[in-house]
Amino acid sequence: MLAVEILGFSKTYTIGFWRKKQKTGLKDLHLEVPSGEIFGFLGPNGAGKTTTLKLLMGLIFPTAGTARILGRDWRDPSVRARIGFLPEQPYFYDHLTPTELLNYYGALSGVSAADRRLRIPRLLERVGLAGQERVQLRKFSKGMLQRVGIAQAVLHEPEIVFLDEPMSGLDPLGRREVREFIQSLNREGKTIFFSTHILSDAEALCDRVAVVNRGELRGTGLVAELTSHAAGLVDVVWQGNEAIAAVKSLGGECHAAGEMVRATLPESRLREALDALRTRNARLISVNPVGGSLEQYFLQKVGESAGVER
Amino acid sequence: MIRRLKAIAANTFREAVRDKVLYNLVFFFLLLVATAPLLSQISVGVQRVFLINLSLTAISIFGTVISIFVGISLVSKEIEKKTLYPVLARPVGRGEFIVGKYAGLAGTLTVNTAAMALGFYVALWLLMRTLTGADANILLAIYFLLLQFFVIIGLALLFSSFSSPLLSAIFALAMFVAGSFAGDLRAFAHMAQGPQGWLATAASYVVPNLASLNVITNVSHDQIIAPALVGYNTLYSVLYTVVTVSAAALIFSRRNLK
Amino acid sequence: MSRATTTWTAILLVASLVASFFVLQHKEAAYPSTSMEDVLFMPSPQVVKRASIGYSGLLADIYWMRVVQYFGSKHKCGSMEYKALAPLLDIATTLDPHLVIAYEWGATFLDQPPPSGAGDDQAAVALIRKGIANNPNNWNLYVTLGFIQYESEHNYLAAAKTFEEGSKVPNANPSLKVMAAKMLTDAGSLDTALYLWGNIYEQAMDKSLKQNALQHFESLKVDQQVSQLQALVDRFRQSAGHNPQSWSELVSAKLLRATPLDPQGFPYVLGGGKVSVADPKSFPFRNKGKR
Repeated sequence: MLAVEILGFSKTYTIGFWRKKQKTGLKDLHLEVPSGEIFGFLGPNGAGKTTTLKLLMGLIFPTAGTARILGRDWRDPSVRARIGFLPEQPYFYDHLTPTELLNYYGALSGVSAADRRLRIPRLLERVGLAGQERVQLRKFSKGMLQRVGIAQAVLHEPEIVFLDEPMSGLDPLGRREVREFIQSLNREGKTIFFSTHILSDAEALCDRVAVVNRGELRGTGLVAELTSHAAGLVDVVWQGNEAIAAVKSLGGECHAAGEMVRATLPESRLREALDALRTRNARLISVNPVGGSLEQYFLQKVGESAGVER
Repeated sequence: MIRRLKAIAANTFREAVRDKVLYNLVFFFLLLVATAPLLSQISVGVQRVFLINLSLTAISIFGTVISIFVGISLVSKEIEKKTLYPVLARPVGRGEFIVGKYAGLAGTLTVNTAAMALGFYVALWLLMRTLTGADANILLAIYFLLLQFFVIIGLALLFSSFSSPLLSAIFALAMFVAGSFAGDLRAFAHMAQGPQGWLATAASYVVPNLASLNVITNVSHDQIIAPALVGYNTLYSVLYTVVTVSAAALIFSRRNLK
Repeated sequence: MSRATTTWTAILLVASLVASFFVLQHKEAAYPSTSMEDVLFMPSPQVVKRASIGYSGLLADIYWMRVVQYFGSKHKCGSMEYKALAPLLDIATTLDPHLVIAYEWGATFLDQPPPSGAGDDQAAVALIRKGIANNPNNWNLYVTLGFIQYESEHNYLAAAKTFEEGSKVPNANPSLKVMAAKMLTDAGSLDTALYLWGNIYEQAMDKSLKQNALQHFESLKVDQQVSQLQALVDRFRQSAGHNPQSWSELVSAKLLRATPLDPQGFPYVLGGGKVSVADPKSFPFRNKGKR
């Protein structure tokens, strides 16, 4: 079962008053998010991540394309009761307390008063805001607001939770807490769709990712598969500058610090490299395989679209 | 739907109160207190007239200012602070949101006006040492002022649904002034010929008829307000408000939010 | 901000404030801004009414207060001119056509000769007629109009007609009928004048109108008493052959019972065979008893 299907979303903006120019926010995006997964939506700033989320939430309207959430048209109001949303860098009503805010949002989502009375204190505790229930939100730090934001996104026990940059503004401790929270939500059976440009979080959390850049989808797939593709490299460390040119010609990237050199090169050329070192009497220090990382996959995909030479 | 409307209205009311909008009441009461010594210097016949004129004019001005300036920020503030996003991501229609916001501010103004009316009647009682039937007539004038506020909030909401706060304020103020001249506009429309006449006639219907909602000078001289007028004014205000709020809802439902 | 910057900014602020004060003073001395009551720059009543966007009632009250304050301050200095009085009243009554006190008071003090008024009976009549047109059921206004016709214009027929019309207004004071009759039969007499002013004094709600009526009434009384006393003094001179030196002589001659007192309780002055009042300023409207 697919939690989210995006079928060709496009969004162009017209900017300028006299001479109108078209600016592409999103171009023909096709995406599938299976239920029960933690899905990471990756891209540099301005790639179209927030645009996609806003389209899904009905905050902006697509120039073309449609989408389905939980099998229904994304505009269907009944769908909204079953999803939760945390916007990027949220602010909330200055003069409300978190309890009042959650009561308000809960009422709007159709959570009964009795349920709200039960869930809100527990939820606030769960996101680490116990004791702050009656403090006005204008006194909250960015990190605390983020936690309130997460709380309001899950208050009505949605099936899918959409989070736009959930880690932004949090210190390492906070980020870990959010990571654990996301995982616990997922264990409860919720699908998590979150956008981020922090790859280490995505790598740690996500089952599946998609990479967008400049409004276009660059690649998508299971994290496990993607990172293994990006593998196939080895790190070689040796002493002796003479061998550098030879290793470079084999396609290795060399970094020298005094007499010590470190090179990263494809695994397939390792043998030739070791031969080159031996013939030049370089002293081999170590050989280590380089694990494929999401970062590499990401940079690759982003680099491709930017036409950057490596 | 009603539950959601109530929630949005209550939230809007609570925000206005905590935003210290109701502090204007302090200024109103101070104003009444400050004019007390002035009253003793005026001849007895004019004291009551002056108190009524002053109080109702103050209620009108304070209320209009609040209606315009809070009215135009109802939507724009929520967009600017992004408090709107989690709301619309919920099963809340765009139209529901607009109506709920309207109801919240209308409720705030009702409470505000009621408090001012109370203050005024206390001042009147202190002056006259008695309250007569004619004094109840003044309540009708205050009710008409409240209707004025309802109309103005609708206009402020409409303008803010498609233009910036600054422009919305200017438009709303312009409509307020034009509405106060509605009578003259209609008279001009009667006399003028051709395209000028058409334009003036159209304008006189588009512009809110605030002139007929201002009976301050009438009640200060104890002129009775005809019940038929009460009916007409109420109906007109309701209809005009429905027009502006519906238009605001339609425009807002098509708007891409930044 | 650093300490030094703060200090300098504060100094700059205070210095600018003081300097602007002096500049304004000098500017006012050299090029005085037009006084609020300068007739040339008085706005037209219609313009003011338009500009008041529905709040004309309050503005009328404010203009009315300006009228009273304008008259009061000028009167205190003994001014003989009240040029702005009529225009200000016109604005006030255009803003609120039902401000009855403005018509009553305004017409009264427009009509009276300076320094007690503007001495402009035409403006007074125009104002009161405007008042009657806008408030046809207010009989007080008819009294004021009739009064002006009687007192300034000496048009007793017109005054009688006015009082008669006023008496027809529902709930009109019955004295209006009496005044109408007196105009036709006895207009020139002192008694009529006393009756009319006495009536105004009783009916007037406004303090200054009451005060004004009282002064008129007392002045008339003085005129009456001075005439009577002068006649007694003349009789004494005829029988005694010389002017009396004091009132006691007249008392001894059984012409008077005691020292005559004026309406304010002070004794009349007898000098050179002429009767006069002790304090002329108390009776600004008297014709007799001048020294």
